[in-house]
Amino acid sequence: MPDTKPPKKPFSWRGQAARGWLYQFIAIGVVAAAVWFLASNTLFNMKARGIQSGFDFLFGPAGFDIGESLVPFDSGQPYWQAFLIGLSNTLRVAILGIILTTILGTLLGVGRFSRNALVRGLCYAYVEFFRNVPVLLQLLMWYLLFTEALPAAQEAWTLGPLFLSKGGLSFPVPLWAQGHLWGVLGLVAGVALAWGYRRWAFRQFEATGRIRSMFWVPVWIVALAGLFGWLAGGAPFEFDSPVKGDFSIEQGGALTPEFLSVLIGLTVYTAAFVAEVVRSGIQSVSRGQAEASAALGLAQGQTMQLVMLPQALRVIIPPMTNQFLNLTKNSSLAVAIGYPDVVSIANTALNQTGRAVECIAIVMLVYLTTSLATSLLMNWYNARSAIKER
Amino acid sequence: MTMKNIKLATLAVAALSALVALPAHAGKTLDAIKARGQVVCGVNTGLAGFAAADSSGKWSGLDIDVCKALAAATLNDPEKVKYVPLTAQQRFTALQSGEVDVLARNTTFTLTRDASLGLTMTVANYYDGQGFMVPVKSKLKSAKQLKGQTVCVQSGTTTEKNLTDYSKANNLNIKPVVFEKVEAATSAYFSGRCIAYTTDASGLSSVRSKEAKDPKEHVILPDLISKEPLGPMVRRGDDEWFSIVKWVIYGTMEAEEYGVTQANVDALKASSADPVVQRLLGGGNEDTGKLLGLDKEWMARVIKAVGNYGESYERNVGPNTPLNLPRGVNSLWNKGGLMYAYPIR
Repeated sequence: MPDTKPPKKPFSWRGQAARGWLYQFIAIGVVAAAVWFLASNTLFNMKARGIQSGFDFLFGPAGFDIGESLVPFDSGQPYWQAFLIGLSNTLRVAILGIILTTILGTLLGVGRFSRNALVRGLCYAYVEFFRNVPVLLQLLMWYLLFTEALPAAQEAWTLGPLFLSKGGLSFPVPLWAQGHLWGVLGLVAGVALAWGYRRWAFRQFEATGRIRSMFWVPVWIVALAGLFGWLAGGAPFEFDSPVKGDFSIEQGGALTPEFLSVLIGLTVYTAAFVAEVVRSGIQSVSRGQAEASAALGLAQGQTMQLVMLPQALRVIIPPMTNQFLNLTKNSSLAVAIGYPDVVSIANTALNQTGRAVECIAIVMLVYLTTSLATSLLMNWYNARSAIKER
Repeated sequence: MTMKNIKLATLAVAALSALVALPAHAGKTLDAIKARGQVVCGVNTGLAGFAAADSSGKWSGLDIDVCKALAAATLNDPEKVKYVPLTAQQRFTALQSGEVDVLARNTTFTLTRDASLGLTMTVANYYDGQGFMVPVKSKLKSAKQLKGQTVCVQSGTTTEKNLTDYSKANNLNIKPVVFEKVEAATSAYFSGRCIAYTTDASGLSSVRSKEAKDPKEHVILPDLISKEPLGPMVRRGDDEWFSIVKWVIYGTMEAEEYGVTQANVDALKASSADPVVQRLLGGGNEDTGKLLGLDKEWMARVIKAVGNYGESYERNVGPNTPLNLPRGVNSLWNKGGLMYAYPIR
């Protein structure tokens, strides 16, 4: 049998491969030269004008306070720690926002298929209203609502131990006691038990075909285990409750109106887009699937949960990643309503030190890193739920 | 690449860098102003009494008068000014990059700003101090009673840092709520989000007169927690332009000291026997403008355009305006204030 493989071409400077390499090399070289030119020229000009530059300022004391932070911050701490506080505030909004927006968006998206015309219409109206109003306006609207419509702290709306006023939402926080540790241990044990139950129930289903609750029973297991742990620890029941002061609600925990406005604003806005993503995902599953599952005798809820959503998920995940990234990046608008996110901290740092290029670079790096991390996580999840070809 | 090509490329890059670096040269600002026929002035986005545009887009205020005076001195027309409204964050970058010729935007002079921004301070045209405004019904009498309270403040100002220093020194644990725009900070205060609003005392008067539903419902606490010398800034490296800005401001103070006003400037120029007035207005043989790169009558035009410092003060922020700011430390030095012009001779 003659060898059909073409003979290997000898390397030549005139060959296609060599030219390909050369062009790529030139392209990279031009980009690198442009970056180098811009950077060195900026530095040269700044030096010529006596503008100080460099990242050394990060280690000097910040000298300003931050209105809200997860861990206490003192103005004597260095700038880089102030940036970390800003980052933690950004992430707090982004992570909570992503969770809430997924839940709300999915409900709205599924609601578009409801048999009830009112539900269908409301979901439609919601999507069209919230996705067509600029997000900055929405944030300002929520903030206005919180600061104008709510009563002053002295006349705060009271709901049990909760206070809602211009100062935000104040709530009691449990005082840490030994017993709470037992409660936490109980919860951990509960999660392990629930996981075991699910495995057992799934195996039973495969063996006998009997369907057991895969959601409510595990939830109850976790809740009860936590409760028993807490009771075993002596059931500590002391709270640091908020009380009305002269000008504000004091003590207890509090969510500021700035935080609530950003969180609600971003969630409500992004949920409109997520709803559309979910709707299009569900519509991408062919009608035959729904009919077939109905023919098998599955109820409408089961059809959605067991047949439609798992298949829709493959279409949903990639655009969903975009929405999560949008939400994270839109959180930078929080500076407009006084929420101390990383942009707000960078603004203050920029003005105190005059290091404009450095501060903007830090903000860009922060958003780039968080976005890439979100992307990686979602790509991993996408690969996991993609269709398995066997 | 041959050796020759590399040399050429290096030369090209060097030439390009040199081109971009050009605007830093000395003496250019005045030439540029004359060539374009306009003084580009960085001003506040809106602070009644200092720099604010009315409904027809006409700007007025104490800082605006500095811009007009500069245009009158350099271009013989106080209206040849382009106003560029700048936020607190934008202001220094705008001046550094050459977008504006002068920054007359109630900016505090501090060591850090002087030594690290590549900018330089001319003359303070308003001595201020940071204060607090609270609602009358809060019954607060002193800033020391603000323990643990929320205070609205604009970001990117010395205000934010002063507040922190004051809070720390007096162990008050004040919670700042920081806004990017001054309008957002004040509207949050008026909506009741914060118990107090803090900025320079003049700014508090301005905000109270312009934005409060009823100015009588708000009171400015007597405590002043900082020194805030406000004045125009220019870029470093153009000493000629620096001198012009400096001496135009001194000139308006000197005019007040020697009784030269918008109304009597022409008469005095023609008939005054006082050599100081003659020098100031270019009535005699001495030409003070020439040394600055201007003409003989530079100061006469300035006074005709905006009046002396006292007139400008009374017109924009004085007791007969909504701001109702007493002259106080901004009086002339011989009346117990800090306004002391170096002699124009």
